[in-house]
Amino acid sequence: MVKKPVNLTLNDSPRAAFADPGQNLLDFLRREIGDLSPKFGCGQGTCGACTVTIDGQTQLSCLVLAETVDGKEVRTASGLANGATLDPLQDAFMDHFAAQCGYCTPGMLVSARTLLDRNPRPTRDEVIEAISGNLCRCTGYEPIITAILSVAEGRARA
Amino acid sequence: MTTLETYPTMEDAARAMGADATFLGGGTVVMRAVNEGVATPRLIRVTDPGLAHISTVGEILRLGASVTMADVLAHRDLAFLHPVARQIGGPQVRNMATVAGNLFAEHPYGDFATALLALGAQVTVTGQGGARSVDEVLRDRDRAGLVSAVEIPRPRDVRSFGFRKVSRVKPKGVSVLCIAAYLPRESGRIRGARVAFGAMGPTPLRSSGAERALEGQMLDTATAEGAAAAATEGLSPATDQIATEWYRREVAGVHLKRLLTEMERG
Repeated sequence: MVKKPVNLTLNDSPRAAFADPGQNLLDFLRREIGDLSPKFGCGQGTCGACTVTIDGQTQLSCLVLAETVDGKEVRTASGLANGATLDPLQDAFMDHFAAQCGYCTPGMLVSARTLLDRNPRPTRDEVIEAISGNLCRCTGYEPIITAILSVAEGRARA
Repeated sequence: MTTLETYPTMEDAARAMGADATFLGGGTVVMRAVNEGVATPRLIRVTDPGLAHISTVGEILRLGASVTMADVLAHRDLAFLHPVARQIGGPQVRNMATVAGNLFAEHPYGDFATALLALGAQVTVTGQGGARSVDEVLRDRDRAGLVSAVEIPRPRDVRSFGFRKVSRVKPKGVSVLCIAAYLPRESGRIRGARVAFGAMGPTPLRSSGAERALEGQMLDTATAEGAAAAATEGLSPATDQIATEWYRREVAGVHLKRLLTEMERG
């Protein structure tokens, strides 16, 4: 079993570790790198709990082979906060009770941040579309949608 | 244990393929098997950036094998395919899933392939001269070879193409069924009708009954009803977690009629 070296930029920091053959990016981030923010939900690309961005695009880390991100830029929910300063989205999720069990939250945050970076003033429908690949079994989505809209540019900051 | 082999070109990959290997495209299908531990021992991928290109040659739209659903949505010339690509997966899946991969996605997936089938698209297979029809590739997917590009004849009138996906969950849900219809018209009459159903058989299939009912007719309520009545001819739906075979047969005509009514209104 030959491990392969993987060099990537994770949340702006250069990181390197060895990936096992067949190891997906989610497992690699959690076990080899130690970033526990992406979650394992289904392992088949249905739930979105493992959502990360690769070179700026949201992807499902459970459906990406770890060795294929060599040289790429990966972002996860753990890169959202700057020290003790949370991303406004994280504050908004707390203020609007958008996290109950919290398991979908990191993936939701990555999808929401990617939306707002591209489209700072999304409509409600655009928010719904942007998080349609992230399942939440607790909230019924309304608090999450409200939280994301509250951060949208031109509205009161959460 | 699954090992990944990376090749610069499709030709190199085609030579390396074998019964113990699977081609890795966007990963949305193959990686599920890897995660479940049931993948082939070898995975093969190609890094040729040319495979991600979309080009227009005359009236032919050429999509490289690794063009994603998101790429389709970002391309203005492909606007008639946006309603199809938009309804596949969620945003993350659309950033990953490829046009060529959709031809090989198992039931109930393959919405994009259903559209390609209705549009009479041609498939370029590595190492094989000339293009093959999507019909032919879908009939024998296991021995199709490595698809390097898909070529879609641009509809002369984009209103002659219609697509409808039926799913229980919105906006992201698996197909109960989907329908793609290409109904070019000459002096108001349909010439060369192609109607394809997704999730109504092991692969996307054409409805011979609907096509016969539409051919040579004006697209009106009576024609739509005739096509709806014959919709399931040529189809062989299965029972799965999404719907039963009975249900799929019952609603196929209803949804075809709705699609045709929408297309009639333009």
